[in-house]
Amino acid sequence: MKVLVPVKRVPDTAGEKKIDPNDRTVDRESVESVLCPVNEFAIEEAMRLKEQQDAEVTVLLVGPESAQPVVRKALSYGLDAGVQVVDDAVVGSDALGTAEVLAKALAAEEFDLVIFGNQSTDARTCLVPAAVAEILGLPALTYARHLEIDGDQITVHREHEEGWDVVESSLPAVVSVVEAINEPRYPSFKGIMAAKSKPLEVRSLDDLDVDTSRVGSDNAAAIMYEFRDRPPKEPGTIVEDDGSGAAATQLADWLVEKKFV
Amino acid sequence: MAGIVELTAEQESFRRVVAEFADEVIAPQAAEFNAAGRFPVEIIRQMGEMGLFGIPFPAEYGGVDGDYLSFCLALEEIGRVDQSVGITLEAGVGLGAAPIAEFGSREQKQRWLPELLRGERLAGFGLTEPAGGTDLASATTTRAVRDGDEWVIDGGKQFITNAGTELTSLVTVTARTGPDEITAIVVPAGAEGFTVAPPYRKVGWHASDTRELTFDGVRVPVANTLGDEGAGLRQFLKILDDGRIAISALAVGMIQGCVEECVRYAGEREAFGRPIGGHQAVAFKIADMQVAAETARQYYRYACARKLAGLPYKRQAAIAKLYSTEQAVTAARQATQVFGGMGFMTETRVGRFYQDAKILEIGEGTSEVQRMIIARDLGL
Ligand SMILES: Cc1cc2nc3c(=O)[nH]c(=O)nc-3n(C[C@H](O)[C@H](O)[C@H](O)COP(=O)(O)OP(=O)(O)OC[C@H]3O[C@@H](n4cnc5c(N)ncnc54)[C@H](O)[C@@H]3O)c2cc1C
Repeated sequence: MKVLVPVKRVPDTAGEKKIDPNDRTVDRESVESVLCPVNEFAIEEAMRLKEQQDAEVTVLLVGPESAQPVVRKALSYGLDAGVQVVDDAVVGSDALGTAEVLAKALAAEEFDLVIFGNQSTDARTCLVPAAVAEILGLPALTYARHLEIDGDQITVHREHEEGWDVVESSLPAVVSVVEAINEPRYPSFKGIMAAKSKPLEVRSLDDLDVDTSRVGSDNAAAIMYEFRDRPPKEPGTIVEDDGSGAAATQLADWLVEKKFV
Repeated sequence: MAGIVELTAEQESFRRVVAEFADEVIAPQAAEFNAAGRFPVEIIRQMGEMGLFGIPFPAEYGGVDGDYLSFCLALEEIGRVDQSVGITLEAGVGLGAAPIAEFGSREQKQRWLPELLRGERLAGFGLTEPAGGTDLASATTTRAVRDGDEWVIDGGKQFITNAGTELTSLVTVTARTGPDEITAIVVPAGAEGFTVAPPYRKVGWHASDTRELTFDGVRVPVANTLGDEGAGLRQFLKILDDGRIAISALAVGMIQGCVEECVRYAGEREAFGRPIGGHQAVAFKIADMQVAAETARQYYRYACARKLAGLPYKRQAAIAKLYSTEQAVTAARQATQVFGGMGFMTETRVGRFYQDAKILEIGEGTSEVQRMIIARDLGL
C-alpha cells in the first residue's frame, strides 16, 4: 500500500504572528516556521499503516526551498520519502489554488490513500482536503477520528458535533484526520539522523503540468482586504456566592446563555 | 577539533525534539511523581522508544550509532525540567550500559545490551560501599571467591542508582577478587542471595531509584566477569571520566531551567508596583544564572569534543563537572530566592531543583575528588 501525507509549513502556533501590511500575508520573519501540528496526527496514522500493513509513506509539501527542514522533520518520524513542490508562482495561492497544486502533485504519484490533517493551524479553512478529493474525483472521508483499512476498503469515524458517523469507501481515497485520532509519537534519534538521507524529489509547476492561471495571489478567489490586531483579552466575569447558593444559578444561566449546555 | 563547538543540523533537530518531549510529557507530571517518590516507568519506556538509552552505542548491539554530545544534549533538555528523570537516563547509559559496552566481550554485549539500549531494561553499577565511595581502592570490601566456574559474592553496596526498578535486569558490581585486585562482575536481578533494600528516603532525586544491595553467597558464572580479572579499578576510572561530562550536562540543564522559570516568574510576580524582574537585585541574579548556564555549557561541550576527537580529557571532564555542579547549586539557591516562599514549595520546579542540586556535587566523584584530579594534573 502506498500512502501520501501532504504537510504544511506554518508559523509557530504558539508564537505571536504579524501580518505584513504590504502583501497582507503572514510575516514569516516575525515568527519561527514549523511543521503544522495537525499534520503530526496524519503522520502518526500513516506510520501505523506502515508498521501494521507495511505501507510505503511519502510526504508531500508545497512551499519554498526554505521549507525543506519541514519535509525533513516529517521524514524524521520514519516516513520513507519526500516530494516538495517549489515554485515562485505558488506564492499567495488561496485554498483552491493550493488544492490545485496538491492534486496535480498527488496525481503524479501512485497512491492508495492520501492522509491530510483536517486543517492547518495558520489558515484553518478546512477546505483543502475535500477540494483535492473533488479535483482528483476521489472519495473524501473528512474529519476522521478513527481509520481502518481492510483490503481495498477504508472505514472512518467521521467526527461531528453530536458524535460520529461511520463512513466507508473503496481505495484510493482522500482522508483528513482530526486530533482525536491518535497520540502522535516523538521522532526517534534514529529517525532524525536517517531523515537527511531519505530521498527527496523537488518538482516545479511545469513538471506537474499545473495550469498557472489557477494559482498564485493574482488568481486567488479569496482576497484579504483588511486586517486588524487581535482585540485584547477581556477580563472574565467573576461570580461570587453570597452563601445562598445563588452563584450556581447564575453560572448555569451563563452557560445556557453562551450555549455551552 | 574545530575551535568552536557548533551543533550539526541533526543534533539541533534532536535537541528540539527532546526539549518538546521534556516540556510536553515530563514537565507536567514532574511535581506529582516526585511528591509520590514514584519511578516514572512510562516516561522511561517512552524515552527508550525514542532511542535515548541507545545514543552513544553501536547499532550492532541495539544502539543508534549516535555520538556522546547528542546524549549530553538529551540530558541537558531533560535535566532542564526534571533531574530525577535526567539521572535515570544518565545512570542507565553511563553506569548501566557503558561498562558492558566498553569492557564486555562480544557475547556479553549481545546478551545484555540490546534490551538496555532500547530502554526496555535498566542496569546499575555498584561501586560505593558503606565504607566509602571516594577511596574505592580501600573501601571495597565486597568479595568474590571462585568456586569452579562460578563466583561466590559476599558483601554489600550502598546508594546504587537504577538497581531496584521494575525494569532493572542486572547490576554490575566491583568486588575484591584478590588482595590488590578488584574485578567487575555482572549480577542478574533476582539472583539467589542478592537482596535489594527498599528505596532510600532522599533529600532530592525523589523519583530516581536508589538502593542498598546485599550479596549473601550469590553465585554467578565466571563468564559474567567484565573484561580482565583485576581490571575493575582501571575500568571504573574510565567510566567515571565519561560520566562527569554527562553529569555536567545534567547540571547545565538545571541552571537553564532555573533561568527559564525565573524569567517567567519575575515577569509575572509584582512587588512595589512593578514585576519583581524590574528590581535589579532580582534581575541580576537571573543574569548571573544565564552566565553560568552558557559558560558551563560551552565548557562541558569542549570536554566532550576532546573526548570525541580522541584527545586526553580527564582534566577537562573534572573541570566541567566541578564548575557546572557548583554553579547549579548556586543557581538553584538563587532561583528559590527569586520565587520567595513559593520557591520552598516542592510543587515548583525551582523548589525541586533546590532539593536536587546538592547531589550533583557528590555523585560520580565529589567536588573534592574533581579538585584532586585538577591539582594532580598541575603537578601538586
Ligand atoms: C542518590 C545517590 C545515587 C548514587 N548512585 C550511585 C551509583 O549508582 N553507583 C555507585 O557506585 N555509587 C553511587 N552513589 C554514591 C556516590 O558516588 C558516593 O556517595 C560518592 O562518591 C561519595 O562517596 P561517600 O558517600 O562514601 O563519601 P566519602 O567517600 O565517605 O567522602 C566523605 C567526604 O570526604 C571527602 N573526601 C574523601 N576523601 C578525600 C580526600 N582525599 N581529600 C579531600 N576530601 C576527601 C569527600 O569528598 C566527601 O566530601 C550515589 C549516591 C547518592 C547519594
